[in-house]
Amino acid sequence: MSSPANSLCGFLASSIGRKWIVAFTGLILVGFIAGHLTGNLLVFAGQDALNAYAAFLHNFLHGGAIWIARCVLLGSVVAHIYFTILLTRANRAAREQRYAVEVTQKASSGSKWMILSGLLILTFVIFHLLHYTVRVGAGFQDLPLDSEGHFDVYRMLILGFSNVWVSTFYVISIAMLSWHLSHGVSSMFQTLGISTPNTRQLFDRIALGFSVLTFAGYTSIPLAVLTGWVA
Amino acid sequence: MVSIKGQPNLLHLTLKIWRQDGPDDKGHFVDIDAPGIPTSASFLEMLDIINERLIGEGKDPVAFDHDCREGICGMCSLVINGVAHGPEKATTTCQLHMRSFKDGDTIHIEPFRAKAFPVIKDLAVDRSAFDSIIRGGGYISVRTGAAPEANNTPIPKPVADAAFDAAACIGCGACVAACKNASAMLFVAAKAGQLNSLPQGQAERTARSLGMVQAMDKAGFGNCTNQYECEAACPKEIDRSWITRLNRSYTAAFARKSLL
Repeated sequence: MSSPANSLCGFLASSIGRKWIVAFTGLILVGFIAGHLTGNLLVFAGQDALNAYAAFLHNFLHGGAIWIARCVLLGSVVAHIYFTILLTRANRAAREQRYAVEVTQKASSGSKWMILSGLLILTFVIFHLLHYTVRVGAGFQDLPLDSEGHFDVYRMLILGFSNVWVSTFYVISIAMLSWHLSHGVSSMFQTLGISTPNTRQLFDRIALGFSVLTFAGYTSIPLAVLTGWVA
Repeated sequence: MVSIKGQPNLLHLTLKIWRQDGPDDKGHFVDIDAPGIPTSASFLEMLDIINERLIGEGKDPVAFDHDCREGICGMCSLVINGVAHGPEKATTTCQLHMRSFKDGDTIHIEPFRAKAFPVIKDLAVDRSAFDSIIRGGGYISVRTGAAPEANNTPIPKPVADAAFDAAACIGCGACVAACKNASAMLFVAAKAGQLNSLPQGQAERTARSLGMVQAMDKAGFGNCTNQYECEAACPKEIDRSWITRLNRSYTAAFARKSLL
């Protein structure tokens, strides 16, 4: 038996260990994507429902839960990106001379463009945080507070997505996220060693279904604002 | 010359063959006009014909890997028109025949490209990195002597069948050649999975899973991104589920090693 610390370092230095970290942090982020979407869809239940949900997130565990969630998510994003960079650098180094004729027999388009879609998602996440969390230059400060004295999240959402350019960027980014997930979710089951020949098709369908639901769910919000359904 | 079915028995091809003097040479493609290639010839026999012509012209023949020419030794290689072992599914280059091509075709012939498989000359590559992976744990330790009684170790039929499926891997390296990242995961997974499945392989299961992956990483192969190009290219149709099992057994082996 070697010490757990040494073994952990060895695990993180190995190809499978690094992939496992990317998959596990991906699983956490997939959980966030599902939870965030479920909460945001409360916009269709009305102003009070969404604002009550926002207040719950901010007040749960005396305001500590949201910071725990933020730390876990930030750590997951950093680890997901860091280990992906390490793996990608090794992948590039493993084939110095490319083929003159390159043929793809099985790889999905989503799997071939994971780095590009990931970078676009990162750009979007930074923008989205500056927009709705840090509230930079969006005019949210001019909105009236809700009855509890909090930011009126419902009005913020409508004001934010009333800007066509913001909504367009949002829809494109969600398309990238869904594309990323179409490969990422099924790949996660494979890397974590959960998939079997009997469950492979099921997991592939779950990945496809989750990416379609992600796209439909998230894009429904700016589209509802722009069409005046939510006002 | 036309066959009964109206197809020509002889093909006139244009070959674009990778020529490289040695591991340190940059290498380049050479166009070779190849008339009169019989459709009944195997791909390697076609290269034999080309080499006889080159030798007759006083030129250097094309170096390429081959041995049994029966599809079982794993020695032949080549990436033909961008596909490892060529266009026929579950077929090694030596079992690929020229009837798979059409008269007038242009065929790109490249070596397996991976940092861990350096080019020795032209189309011949050094795949000894696979040997280092096998030395990392792709074996079982047994006392030599008389063969043990076969029925002493009962093995359920599904287990034996699955192990045999993995054992079908001939170690040709097509998985590495086809992988977008030059990963050797399908090879390692098949070789480790075969022994990890059987009772005889249990004693060294932990050391095997760790050792073979460590050797794979050390050899400079890329990482599996679950695109399954390896599975599509494998001439023995090794299933991707062996990679899942390796992911699982490697993680479990690390946990056992550090916690038990």
